[in-house]
Amino acid sequence: MDEFYHALKVSSKTCTGCTHCMVACPTGAIRVRGGVATIDAAACVDCGMCLKTCPRRAIFVEQDDFNRIFNFTHRVVLLPSVVFGQFAGEVSEEQIFAELLAMGFTRVVETDRSVEILAGAMREYMSTRDHSRPFISAFCPAIVRLIQVRFPSMIDHVIPLKQALDLSAIHARRQLEEEGASPDEIGVFYVAPCAAKIAAIKSPVGEEVSPVDGVINMDFIYNKIKMGLTRRERSAVAPVPGAGYLSPAAIAWTLSEGEASSFEGRCLAIDEIHNVIDILEKLENDEIPDIDFVELRACDHSCAGGALSANNRFLVIERLRSRVKASAGQSRGDDEIARHAAFLKEQAYLPAKISPRSIEKLDEDRGAAMEKMRKINRIMDIIPRVDCGACGAPSCRALARDVVQGKAKLSQCTFVQKMLLEEGLITPAEAIEIAEKTWGKDRFNNKK
Amino acid sequence: MEFNYHIEGGDFSRAGSASSEIKKILKQLNVDSRVIKRVVVALYEAEVNVVAHAREGEMRVMIGVDVIEATIADKGPGIPDIALAMQEGYSTASPRVREMGFGAGMGLPNIKKNCDRLDIESVVNAGTTVKMTTFFTG
Repeated sequence: MDEFYHALKVSSKTCTGCTHCMVACPTGAIRVRGGVATIDAAACVDCGMCLKTCPRRAIFVEQDDFNRIFNFTHRVVLLPSVVFGQFAGEVSEEQIFAELLAMGFTRVVETDRSVEILAGAMREYMSTRDHSRPFISAFCPAIVRLIQVRFPSMIDHVIPLKQALDLSAIHARRQLEEEGASPDEIGVFYVAPCAAKIAAIKSPVGEEVSPVDGVINMDFIYNKIKMGLTRRERSAVAPVPGAGYLSPAAIAWTLSEGEASSFEGRCLAIDEIHNVIDILEKLENDEIPDIDFVELRACDHSCAGGALSANNRFLVIERLRSRVKASAGQSRGDDEIARHAAFLKEQAYLPAKISPRSIEKLDEDRGAAMEKMRKINRIMDIIPRVDCGACGAPSCRALARDVVQGKAKLSQCTFVQKMLLEEGLITPAEAIEIAEKTWGKDRFNNKK
Repeated sequence: MEFNYHIEGGDFSRAGSASSEIKKILKQLNVDSRVIKRVVVALYEAEVNVVAHAREGEMRVMIGVDVIEATIADKGPGIPDIALAMQEGYSTASPRVREMGFGAGMGLPNIKKNCDRLDIESVVNAGTTVKMTTFFTG
Protein backbone atom coordinates (compact mmCIF):
# COMPACT_ATOMS: atom_id res chain seq x y z
CA MET A 1 0.00 0.00 0.00
CA ASP A 2 1.55 3.30 -1.01
CA GLU A 3 -1.19 5.76 -0.26
CA PHE A 4 -2.45 6.28 3.24
CA TYR A 5 -5.86 7.49 4.15
CA HIS A 6 -5.93 10.23 6.74
CA ALA A 7 -9.05 11.48 8.44
CA LEU A 8 -7.41 14.75 9.47
CA LYS A 9 -8.19 17.53 7.00
CA VAL A 10 -7.33 21.21 6.89
CA SER A 11 -10.00 23.74 6.03
CA SER A 12 -8.17 26.13 3.73
CA LYS A 13 -10.84 28.78 4.40
CA THR A 14 -10.31 28.84 8.16
CA CYS A 15 -6.56 28.11 8.31
CA THR A 16 -4.34 31.18 8.59
CA GLY A 17 -1.05 29.28 8.45
CA CYS A 18 -0.28 30.27 12.04
CA THR A 19 2.23 27.36 12.44
CA HIS A 20 0.89 26.09 15.80
CA CYS A 21 0.10 22.66 14.34
CA MET A 22 3.36 22.56 12.40
CA VAL A 23 5.36 22.91 15.60
CA ALA A 24 3.20 20.42 17.51
CA CYS A 25 3.34 17.63 14.91
CA PRO A 26 5.48 14.80 16.35
CA THR A 27 6.53 13.49 12.93
CA GLY A 28 7.21 16.87 11.30
CA ALA A 29 4.52 16.16 8.70
CA ILE A 30 3.20 19.72 8.37
CA ARG A 31 4.41 22.60 6.22
CA VAL A 32 2.77 25.96 5.57
CA ARG A 33 2.32 26.64 1.85
CA GLY A 34 0.30 29.43 0.34
CA GLY A 35 -0.79 30.49 3.81
CA VAL A 36 -2.31 27.10 4.68
CA ALA A 37 -1.09 24.08 6.64
CA THR A 38 -0.49 21.06 4.43
CA ILE A 39 -0.05 17.54 5.80
CA ASP A 40 2.40 15.06 4.27
CA ALA A 41 0.46 11.80 3.89
CA ALA A 42 3.53 9.59 4.22
CA ALA A 43 4.60 11.12 7.51
CA CYS A 44 1.23 11.72 9.22
CA VAL A 45 0.33 9.11 11.85
CA ASP A 46 -3.15 10.49 12.60
CA CYS A 47 -2.35 11.27 16.22
CA GLY A 48 -4.52 14.40 16.16
CA MET A 49 -2.00 16.72 17.85
CA CYS A 50 -2.54 19.26 15.06
CA LEU A 51 -6.29 19.28 15.60
CA LYS A 52 -5.91 19.71 19.36
CA THR A 53 -3.39 22.55 18.98
CA CYS A 54 -5.22 24.49 16.27
CA PRO A 55 -6.48 27.77 17.79
CA ARG A 56 -9.04 28.25 15.00
CA ARG A 57 -10.55 24.78 14.60
CA ALA A 58 -9.26 24.76 11.04
CA ILE A 59 -8.31 21.10 11.32
CA PHE A 60 -11.17 18.64 11.41
CA VAL A 61 -11.88 14.95 11.15
CA GLU A 62 -13.59 13.85 7.99
CA GLN A 63 -16.49 11.47 8.54
CA ASP A 64 -18.90 9.30 6.58
CA ASP A 65 -22.37 10.59 5.79
CA PHE A 66 -24.57 9.44 8.67
CA ASN A 67 -27.42 8.48 6.34
CA ARG A 68 -25.23 5.76 4.87
CA ILE A 69 -26.40 3.59 7.75
CA PHE A 70 -29.79 3.35 6.04
CA ASN A 71 -28.23 1.47 3.10
CA PHE A 72 -28.33 -1.54 5.39
CA THR A 73 -31.26 -3.51 6.86
CA HIS A 74 -29.26 -4.38 9.98
CA ARG A 75 -27.52 -1.33 11.35
CA VAL A 76 -25.05 -2.07 14.12
CA VAL A 77 -23.43 0.72 16.09
CA LEU A 78 -20.13 -0.16 17.80
CA LEU A 79 -19.76 1.91 20.91
CA PRO A 80 -16.42 2.39 22.69
CA SER A 81 -16.63 2.82 26.47
CA VAL A 82 -15.45 6.43 26.30
CA VAL A 83 -18.80 7.37 24.73
CA PHE A 84 -20.47 6.87 28.14
CA GLY A 85 -17.85 9.08 29.70
CA GLN A 86 -19.03 11.96 27.52
CA PHE A 87 -22.22 12.29 29.55
CA ALA A 88 -22.75 13.54 33.05
CA GLY A 89 -23.80 11.03 35.71
CA GLU A 90 -27.53 11.72 35.46
CA VAL A 91 -27.76 10.33 31.90
CA SER A 92 -28.18 6.58 32.23
CA GLU A 93 -26.67 3.98 29.95
CA GLU A 94 -30.19 2.86 29.03
CA GLN A 95 -31.02 6.37 27.85
CA ILE A 96 -27.91 6.44 25.64
CA PHE A 97 -28.75 3.04 24.16
CA ALA A 98 -32.35 4.14 23.54
CA GLU A 99 -31.21 7.30 21.74
CA LEU A 100 -28.96 5.29 19.45
CA LEU A 101 -31.89 3.02 18.52
CA ALA A 102 -34.13 6.05 18.05
CA MET A 103 -31.73 7.60 15.54
CA GLY A 104 -31.89 4.52 13.37
CA PHE A 105 -29.53 1.82 14.57
CA THR A 106 -31.04 -1.63 14.99
CA ARG A 107 -28.42 -2.93 17.39
CA VAL A 108 -26.06 -1.36 19.89
CA VAL A 109 -22.85 -3.27 20.59
CA GLU A 110 -20.16 -2.23 23.01
CA THR A 111 -16.74 -2.33 21.36
CA ASP A 112 -15.03 -3.43 24.52
CA ARG A 113 -17.12 -6.58 25.06
CA SER A 114 -14.39 -8.62 23.28
CA VAL A 115 -11.62 -7.28 25.54
CA GLU A 116 -11.35 -10.48 27.61
CA ILE A 117 -10.93 -12.56 24.49
CA LEU A 118 -8.34 -10.14 23.13
CA ALA A 119 -6.45 -10.04 26.44
CA GLY A 120 -6.41 -13.85 26.41
CA ALA A 121 -5.01 -13.91 22.89
CA MET A 122 -2.37 -11.32 23.85
CA ARG A 123 -1.36 -13.38 26.90
CA GLU A 124 -1.05 -16.48 24.75
CA TYR A 125 1.05 -14.67 22.14
CA MET A 126 3.40 -13.22 24.76
CA SER A 127 3.86 -16.56 26.53
CA THR A 128 5.22 -18.21 23.39
CA ARG A 129 7.65 -15.53 22.23
CA ASP A 130 10.06 -14.67 24.95
CA HIS A 131 12.64 -13.23 22.54
CA SER A 132 10.26 -10.46 21.38
CA ARG A 133 10.23 -8.73 24.76
CA PRO A 134 9.35 -5.96 25.41
CA PHE A 135 5.97 -6.49 23.83
CA ILE A 136 4.24 -3.44 22.45
CA SER A 137 0.47 -3.26 22.25
CA ALA A 138 -1.09 -2.56 18.86
CA PHE A 139 -4.04 -0.89 20.58
CA CYS A 140 -3.45 2.66 19.40
CA PRO A 141 -3.32 2.94 15.59
CA ALA A 142 -1.37 6.22 15.80
CA ILE A 143 1.36 4.42 17.74
CA VAL A 144 1.51 1.52 15.26
CA ARG A 145 1.99 4.07 12.49
CA LEU A 146 4.52 6.03 14.55
CA ILE A 147 6.57 2.85 14.95
CA GLN A 148 6.33 2.18 11.20
CA VAL A 149 7.65 5.60 10.23
CA ARG A 150 10.06 6.45 13.06
CA PHE A 151 10.94 3.23 14.90
CA PRO A 152 10.92 0.46 12.29
CA SER A 153 13.38 -1.62 14.34
CA MET A 154 10.64 -1.98 17.00
CA ILE A 155 8.04 -3.47 14.65
CA ASP A 156 8.87 -7.04 15.69
CA HIS A 157 7.93 -6.13 19.26
CA VAL A 158 4.39 -5.14 18.33
CA ILE A 159 1.81 -7.81 19.17
CA PRO A 160 0.27 -8.50 15.74
CA LEU A 161 -3.33 -8.84 16.86
CA LYS A 162 -6.53 -7.15 15.80
CA GLN A 163 -8.16 -4.97 18.42
CA ALA A 164 -11.40 -5.19 20.39
CA LEU A 165 -13.04 -3.01 17.77
CA ASP A 166 -12.36 -5.57 15.02
CA LEU A 167 -13.26 -8.59 17.12
CA SER A 168 -16.55 -7.08 18.28
CA ALA A 169 -17.41 -6.16 14.69
CA ILE A 170 -16.65 -9.70 13.53
CA HIS A 171 -18.75 -11.06 16.38
CA ALA A 172 -21.69 -8.76 15.68
CA ARG A 173 -21.74 -9.92 12.05
CA ARG A 174 -21.49 -13.56 13.02
CA GLN A 175 -24.34 -13.22 15.50
CA LEU A 176 -26.62 -11.50 12.98
CA GLU A 177 -25.80 -14.09 10.32
CA GLU A 178 -26.71 -16.82 12.80
CA GLU A 179 -30.01 -15.08 13.30
CA GLY A 180 -30.64 -15.30 9.54
CA ALA A 181 -29.41 -11.95 8.20
CA SER A 182 -27.56 -12.07 4.90
CA PRO A 183 -24.01 -10.61 5.01
CA ASP A 184 -24.69 -7.73 2.62
CA GLU A 185 -27.63 -6.54 4.72
CA ILE A 186 -25.38 -5.94 7.73
CA GLY A 187 -23.73 -2.57 8.23
CA VAL A 188 -21.36 -2.10 11.16
CA PHE A 189 -20.59 1.49 12.16
CA TYR A 190 -17.98 2.51 14.67
CA VAL A 191 -18.19 5.61 16.85
CA ALA A 192 -14.62 6.95 16.69
CA PRO A 193 -13.04 8.90 19.55
CA CYS A 194 -10.08 9.96 17.40
CA ALA A 195 -8.69 10.29 13.89
CA ALA A 196 -6.30 7.36 14.27
CA LYS A 197 -9.10 4.82 14.72
CA ILE A 198 -10.77 6.15 11.59
CA ALA A 199 -7.57 5.86 9.57
CA ALA A 200 -7.13 2.33 10.91
CA ILE A 201 -10.52 1.40 9.53
CA LYS A 202 -10.13 3.17 6.18
CA SER A 203 -6.59 1.95 5.50
CA PRO A 204 -5.84 -0.86 7.94
CA VAL A 205 -2.29 -1.94 8.79
CA GLY A 206 -1.67 -5.70 8.65
CA GLU A 207 -5.05 -6.62 7.17
CA GLU A 208 -6.74 -6.20 3.81
CA VAL A 209 -10.07 -4.70 4.79
CA SER A 210 -11.60 -3.74 8.09
CA PRO A 211 -14.73 -5.57 9.27
CA VAL A 212 -16.24 -2.15 9.92
CA ASP A 213 -18.34 -0.51 7.16
CA GLY A 214 -18.32 3.07 8.30
CA VAL A 215 -17.26 5.53 10.94
CA ILE A 216 -19.16 8.17 12.85
CA ASN A 217 -17.29 10.81 14.80
CA MET A 218 -17.87 10.67 18.54
CA ASP A 219 -18.56 14.40 18.84
CA PHE A 220 -21.25 14.05 16.15
CA ILE A 221 -22.95 11.15 17.95
CA TYR A 222 -22.63 13.03 21.24
CA ASN A 223 -24.53 15.99 19.79
CA LYS A 224 -27.16 13.72 18.30
CA ILE A 225 -27.75 11.86 21.57
CA LYS A 226 -27.76 15.10 23.54
CA MET A 227 -30.31 16.59 21.14
CA GLY A 228 -32.55 13.54 21.48
CA LEU A 229 -32.33 13.62 25.27
CA THR A 230 -33.25 17.30 25.33
CA ARG A 231 -36.35 16.73 23.24
CA ARG A 232 -37.46 13.68 25.18
CA GLU A 233 -36.71 15.07 28.61
CA ARG A 234 -39.95 14.01 30.31
CA SER A 235 -40.74 10.75 28.59
CA ALA A 236 -39.64 7.62 30.41
CA VAL A 237 -37.14 5.50 28.58
CA ALA A 238 -37.76 1.78 28.53
CA PRO A 239 -34.86 -0.48 29.43
CA VAL A 240 -33.13 -1.66 26.28
CA PRO A 241 -32.69 -5.36 25.73
CA GLY A 242 -29.20 -6.39 24.79
CA ALA A 243 -27.60 -3.67 26.84
CA GLY A 244 -24.82 -6.10 27.61
CA TYR A 245 -22.62 -6.53 30.61
CA LEU A 246 -19.02 -5.36 30.56
CA SER A 247 -16.43 -6.52 33.09
CA PRO A 248 -14.47 -3.89 35.05
CA ALA A 249 -11.32 -4.74 33.04
CA ALA A 250 -13.17 -4.26 29.75
CA ILE A 251 -14.57 -0.87 30.77
CA ALA A 252 -11.14 0.34 31.90
CA TRP A 253 -9.30 -1.11 28.87
CA THR A 254 -9.16 2.13 26.88
CA LEU A 255 -8.08 4.21 29.87
CA SER A 256 -4.41 4.57 30.79
CA GLU A 257 -3.13 1.41 32.58
CA GLY A 258 -6.11 -0.49 31.12
CA GLU A 259 -3.88 -2.95 29.31
CA ALA A 260 -0.77 -2.67 31.49
CA SER A 261 -2.74 -3.66 34.61
CA SER A 262 -4.07 -6.79 32.88
CA PHE A 263 -0.78 -8.59 32.38
CA GLU A 264 1.88 -10.24 34.51
CA GLY A 265 5.44 -9.01 34.76
CA ARG A 266 6.92 -5.54 34.42
CA CYS A 267 4.36 -3.54 32.48
CA LEU A 268 4.53 0.16 31.66
CA ALA A 269 1.68 2.44 30.59
CA ILE A 270 2.69 5.55 28.67
CA ASP A 271 0.31 8.12 27.24
CA GLU A 272 0.74 11.28 25.12
CA ILE A 273 2.74 10.89 21.93
CA HIS A 274 5.85 12.83 22.94
CA ASN A 275 6.17 10.69 26.07
CA VAL A 276 5.74 7.65 23.86
CA ILE A 277 8.51 8.81 21.50
CA ASP A 278 10.77 9.29 24.52
CA ILE A 279 10.23 5.76 25.75
CA LEU A 280 10.54 4.26 22.25
CA GLU A 281 13.94 5.95 21.86
CA LYS A 282 15.05 4.31 25.10
CA LEU A 283 13.61 0.92 24.24
CA GLU A 284 15.28 1.07 20.85
CA ASN A 285 18.65 1.65 22.51
CA ASP A 286 18.04 -1.22 24.97
CA GLU A 287 18.37 1.35 27.74
CA ILE A 288 15.59 -0.10 29.90
CA PRO A 289 16.15 -3.78 30.44
CA ASP A 290 13.63 -6.36 31.67
CA ILE A 291 10.44 -4.69 30.47
CA ASP A 292 7.77 -7.22 29.56
CA PHE A 293 4.97 -5.13 28.12
CA VAL A 294 4.40 -1.53 27.17
CA GLU A 295 1.02 0.08 26.64
CA LEU A 296 1.52 3.11 24.40
CA ARG A 297 -1.25 5.60 23.68
CA ALA A 298 -0.97 8.71 21.51
CA CYS A 299 -3.43 10.85 23.46
CA ASP A 300 -2.88 12.43 26.85
CA HIS A 301 -4.86 10.21 29.27
CA SER A 302 -5.45 7.72 26.45
CA CYS A 303 -8.83 7.58 24.71
CA ALA A 304 -10.44 9.89 27.27
CA GLY A 305 -8.25 12.57 25.70
CA GLY A 306 -9.18 11.65 22.12
CA ALA A 307 -9.48 14.49 19.63
CA LEU A 308 -13.21 13.84 19.19
CA SER A 309 -13.98 13.76 22.90
CA ALA A 310 -16.66 16.33 23.68
CA ASN A 311 -16.16 16.29 27.42
CA ASN A 312 -13.21 17.14 29.65
CA ARG A 313 -10.93 14.09 29.86
CA PHE A 314 -10.88 14.01 33.65
CA LEU A 315 -14.67 13.98 33.81
CA VAL A 316 -14.70 11.20 31.21
CA ILE A 317 -12.35 9.17 33.40
CA GLU A 318 -14.43 9.87 36.51
CA ARG A 319 -17.60 8.57 34.87
CA LEU A 320 -15.86 5.47 33.54
CA ARG A 321 -14.33 4.76 36.96
CA SER A 322 -17.76 4.84 38.54
CA ARG A 323 -18.99 2.47 35.84
CA VAL A 324 -16.09 0.15 36.67
CA LYS A 325 -17.19 0.21 40.32
CA ALA A 326 -20.79 -0.56 39.45
CA SER A 327 -19.71 -3.42 37.21
CA ALA A 328 -17.48 -4.90 39.91
CA GLY A 329 -20.54 -5.22 42.13
CA GLN A 330 -22.31 -7.49 39.64
CA SER A 331 -21.64 -11.14 39.04
CA ARG A 332 -22.93 -11.36 35.50
CA GLY A 333 -21.04 -12.54 32.46
CA ASP A 334 -21.28 -12.12 28.70
CA ASP A 335 -22.32 -15.63 27.63
CA GLU A 336 -23.03 -14.63 24.05
CA ILE A 337 -19.48 -13.55 23.25
CA ALA A 338 -17.98 -16.31 25.38
CA ARG A 339 -19.79 -18.78 23.10
CA HIS A 340 -17.75 -17.48 20.16
CA ALA A 341 -14.44 -17.16 22.01
CA ALA A 342 -12.67 -19.91 20.05
CA PHE A 343 -13.82 -18.52 16.71
CA LEU A 344 -12.79 -14.98 17.61
CA LYS A 345 -9.39 -16.06 18.89
CA GLU A 346 -8.81 -17.73 15.56
CA GLN A 347 -9.67 -14.47 13.79
CA ALA A 348 -7.55 -12.34 16.08
CA TYR A 349 -4.19 -12.57 14.30
CA LEU A 350 -3.36 -9.93 11.72
CA PRO A 351 -3.08 -11.76 8.41
CA ALA A 352 -0.27 -9.56 7.04
CA LYS A 353 2.94 -8.16 8.47
CA ILE A 354 3.22 -4.61 9.76
CA SER A 355 5.61 -3.08 7.23
CA PRO A 356 8.32 -0.53 7.96
CA ARG A 357 8.05 2.75 6.04
CA SER A 358 10.75 5.00 7.39
CA ILE A 359 10.40 8.72 6.81
CA GLU A 360 13.86 9.49 8.14
CA LYS A 361 16.01 8.28 5.25
CA LEU A 362 17.38 11.01 2.99
CA ASP A 363 17.83 8.68 0.04
CA GLU A 364 17.53 4.98 -0.77
CA ASP A 365 21.16 5.04 -1.90
CA ARG A 366 23.54 5.47 1.02
CA GLY A 367 26.13 7.44 -0.93
CA ALA A 368 23.46 9.89 -2.08
CA ALA A 369 22.06 10.08 1.47
CA MET A 370 25.50 10.96 2.82
CA GLU A 371 25.93 13.67 0.20
CA LYS A 372 22.54 15.12 1.22
CA MET A 373 23.50 15.03 4.87
CA ARG A 374 26.68 16.97 4.11
CA LYS A 375 24.60 19.58 2.27
CA ILE A 376 22.17 19.81 5.21
CA ASN A 377 25.07 20.41 7.57
CA ARG A 378 26.44 23.13 5.30
CA ILE A 379 23.03 24.84 5.20
CA MET A 380 22.80 24.60 8.99
CA ASP A 381 25.98 26.67 9.19
CA ILE A 382 24.26 29.52 7.30
CA ILE A 383 20.76 29.61 8.75
CA PRO A 384 20.12 31.05 12.20
CA ARG A 385 18.82 27.93 14.09
CA VAL A 386 16.07 29.86 15.81
CA ASP A 387 13.27 27.61 14.48
CA CYS A 388 10.95 30.55 13.92
CA GLY A 389 8.77 28.72 11.41
CA ALA A 390 8.40 31.73 9.13
CA CYS A 391 9.78 29.72 6.20
CA GLY A 392 6.86 27.30 6.51
CA ALA A 393 8.93 24.48 8.02
CA PRO A 394 8.87 23.51 11.71
CA SER A 395 12.61 24.01 12.29
CA CYS A 396 15.75 25.25 10.57
CA ARG A 397 16.87 21.64 10.18
CA ALA A 398 13.54 20.71 8.58
CA LEU A 399 13.97 23.55 6.08
CA ALA A 400 17.53 22.45 5.32
CA ARG A 401 16.23 18.94 4.75
CA ASP A 402 13.44 20.19 2.50
CA VAL A 403 15.91 22.26 0.48
CA VAL A 404 18.17 19.27 -0.07
CA GLN A 405 15.16 17.15 -1.06
CA GLY A 406 14.07 19.81 -3.56
CA LYS A 407 10.89 20.58 -1.61
CA ALA A 408 11.81 24.13 -0.55
CA LYS A 409 14.14 26.98 -1.37
CA LEU A 410 16.72 28.37 1.00
CA SER A 411 15.45 31.88 0.21
CA GLN A 412 12.27 31.01 2.15
CA CYS A 413 14.34 31.66 5.27
CA THR A 414 13.67 35.27 6.30
CA PHE A 415 17.20 35.52 7.66
CA VAL A 416 18.66 34.48 4.29
CA GLN A 417 16.28 36.89 2.54
CA LYS A 418 17.73 39.78 4.55
CA MET A 419 21.22 38.78 3.46
CA LEU A 420 20.15 38.50 -0.17
CA LEU A 421 18.51 41.93 0.01
CA GLU A 422 21.55 43.50 1.59
CA GLU A 423 23.80 42.09 -1.11
CA GLY A 424 21.37 43.30 -3.73
CA LEU A 425 20.81 39.78 -5.02
CA ILE A 426 17.01 40.11 -4.83
CA THR A 427 14.69 43.11 -4.95
CA PRO A 428 12.19 43.93 -2.16
CA ALA A 429 9.41 42.95 -4.55
CA GLU A 430 11.03 39.55 -5.07
CA ALA A 431 11.34 39.11 -1.32
CA ILE A 432 7.60 39.72 -0.95
CA GLU A 433 6.90 37.26 -3.73
CA ILE A 434 8.93 34.56 -1.97
CA ALA A 435 7.13 35.23 1.33
CA GLU A 436 3.75 35.07 -0.41
CA LYS A 437 4.48 31.53 -1.51
CA THR A 438 4.67 30.55 2.15
CA TRP A 439 2.24 32.96 3.78
CA GLY A 440 -0.31 33.18 1.03
CA LYS A 441 -1.13 35.57 -1.73
CA ASP A 442 -2.27 39.09 -0.79
CA ARG A 443 -0.92 38.56 2.72
CA PHE A 444 0.86 41.90 2.35
CA ASN A 445 -2.20 43.84 1.13
CA ASN A 446 -3.55 45.39 4.29
CA LYS A 447 -6.03 47.65 2.60
CA LYS A 448 -9.16 45.93 3.86
CA MET B 1 31.71 11.59 7.54
CA GLU B 2 33.01 12.27 10.98
CA PHE B 3 31.15 13.08 14.18
CA ASN B 4 32.60 13.90 17.58
CA TYR B 5 30.98 13.87 21.00
CA HIS B 6 32.25 14.65 24.43
CA ILE B 7 31.24 12.31 27.25
CA GLU B 8 31.28 13.58 30.82
CA GLY B 9 32.22 11.08 33.53
CA GLY B 10 29.59 10.62 36.25
CA ASP B 11 26.78 12.34 34.36
CA PHE B 12 24.39 9.39 34.23
CA SER B 13 21.38 11.55 33.44
CA ARG B 14 22.83 12.30 30.03
CA ALA B 15 24.35 8.89 29.33
CA GLY B 16 23.21 7.69 25.93
CA SER B 17 22.77 11.07 24.26
CA ALA B 18 25.75 10.59 21.89
CA SER B 19 24.49 7.13 20.86
CA SER B 20 21.03 8.58 20.24
CA GLU B 21 22.55 11.22 17.93
CA ILE B 22 24.32 8.52 15.94
CA LYS B 23 21.07 6.58 15.75
CA LYS B 24 19.33 9.57 14.17
CA ILE B 25 22.13 9.92 11.61
CA LEU B 26 22.08 6.24 10.66
CA LYS B 27 18.31 6.34 10.18
CA GLN B 28 18.74 9.21 7.72
CA LEU B 29 21.42 7.27 5.86
CA ASN B 30 18.99 4.40 5.25
CA VAL B 31 20.98 1.84 7.22
CA ASP B 32 19.04 -1.37 7.92
CA SER B 33 17.14 -0.98 11.19
CA ARG B 34 18.57 -4.21 12.65
CA VAL B 35 22.11 -3.00 11.99
CA ILE B 36 21.26 0.38 13.55
CA LYS B 37 20.04 -1.42 16.63
CA ARG B 38 23.31 -3.38 17.00
CA VAL B 39 25.41 -0.27 16.50
CA VAL B 40 23.41 1.79 18.96
CA VAL B 41 23.38 -0.88 21.66
CA ALA B 42 27.18 -1.23 21.38
CA LEU B 43 27.72 2.55 21.38
CA TYR B 44 25.40 3.00 24.34
CA GLU B 45 27.31 0.42 26.38
CA ALA B 46 30.61 2.09 25.54
CA GLU B 47 29.19 5.49 26.41
CA VAL B 48 27.87 4.25 29.75
CA ASN B 49 31.26 2.67 30.49
CA VAL B 50 32.91 6.07 30.18
CA VAL B 51 30.25 7.71 32.34
CA ALA B 52 30.51 5.01 35.00
CA HIS B 53 34.28 4.59 35.19
CA ALA B 54 36.18 7.46 33.61
CA ARG B 55 36.61 11.18 34.24
CA GLU B 56 35.75 12.06 30.69
CA GLY B 57 35.92 10.70 27.18
CA GLU B 58 35.60 11.47 23.49
CA MET B 59 33.53 9.52 21.01
CA ARG B 60 34.70 9.81 17.44
CA VAL B 61 32.47 8.21 14.83
CA MET B 62 33.46 7.74 11.19
CA ILE B 63 30.66 6.75 8.86
CA GLY B 64 31.41 5.42 5.39
CA VAL B 65 29.12 4.10 2.72
CA ASP B 66 29.15 0.60 4.18
CA VAL B 67 30.91 0.81 7.50
CA ILE B 68 30.79 2.61 10.82
CA GLU B 69 33.88 2.93 12.96
CA ALA B 70 33.62 4.35 16.44
CA THR B 71 36.50 5.16 18.74
CA ILE B 72 35.72 5.91 22.36
CA ALA B 73 38.79 7.12 24.22
CA ASP B 74 38.57 7.98 27.90
CA LYS B 75 40.75 9.38 30.64
CA GLY B 76 40.24 7.13 33.62
CA PRO B 77 41.45 4.19 35.66
CA GLY B 78 42.05 1.87 32.70
CA ILE B 79 41.38 -1.88 32.67
CA PRO B 80 44.12 -3.99 34.31
CA ASP B 81 42.90 -7.29 32.85
CA ILE B 82 40.97 -6.93 29.60
CA ALA B 83 40.28 -10.66 29.26
CA LEU B 84 38.63 -10.68 32.68
CA ALA B 85 36.57 -7.56 31.86
CA MET B 86 35.30 -9.33 28.75
CA GLN B 87 33.60 -12.00 30.90
CA GLU B 88 29.87 -11.62 31.40
CA GLY B 89 28.95 -10.59 34.89
CA TYR B 90 32.37 -9.21 35.78
CA SER B 91 32.02 -5.68 37.10
CA THR B 92 33.97 -3.17 39.12
CA ALA B 93 31.07 -0.74 39.34
CA SER B 94 30.28 0.72 42.75
CA PRO B 95 27.02 -0.18 44.54
CA ARG B 96 25.80 3.38 43.86
CA VAL B 97 26.23 2.88 40.11
CA ARG B 98 24.51 -0.51 40.27
CA GLU B 99 21.54 1.00 42.07
CA MET B 100 21.01 3.22 39.05
CA GLY B 101 20.62 0.18 36.86
CA PHE B 102 24.14 0.24 35.43
CA GLY B 103 27.18 -1.91 36.11
CA ALA B 104 25.76 -5.40 35.67
CA GLY B 105 29.04 -6.51 34.11
CA MET B 106 27.52 -6.97 30.67
CA GLY B 107 29.11 -3.91 29.05
CA LEU B 108 32.13 -5.18 27.16
CA PRO B 109 30.65 -8.60 26.31
CA ASN B 110 27.56 -6.83 25.01
CA ILE B 111 29.67 -4.52 22.86
CA LYS B 112 31.53 -7.50 21.40
CA LYS B 113 28.23 -9.22 20.62
CA ASN B 114 26.91 -6.15 18.82
CA CYS B 115 29.79 -5.18 16.57
CA ASP B 116 31.83 -6.88 13.87
CA ARG B 117 35.27 -5.99 15.21
CA LEU B 118 36.34 -4.80 18.64
CA ASP B 119 39.75 -3.56 19.74
CA ILE B 120 40.45 -2.48 23.28
CA GLU B 121 43.61 -0.79 24.45
CA SER B 122 44.07 0.27 28.01
CA VAL B 123 46.73 1.79 30.20
CA VAL B 124 46.12 1.55 33.94
CA ASN B 125 45.69 4.96 35.57
CA ALA B 126 45.62 6.65 32.16
CA GLY B 127 42.63 5.51 30.16
CA THR B 128 40.96 3.09 27.81
CA THR B 129 40.37 3.26 24.07
CA VAL B 130 37.60 1.12 22.61
CA LYS B 131 37.42 0.86 18.85
CA MET B 132 34.46 -0.87 17.28
CA THR B 133 33.67 -1.52 13.65
CA THR B 134 30.39 -2.62 12.11
CA PHE B 135 29.62 -3.22 8.45
CA PHE B 136 26.23 -2.18 7.12
CA THR B 137 25.90 -5.04 4.67
CA GLY B 138 26.51 -8.76 4.87
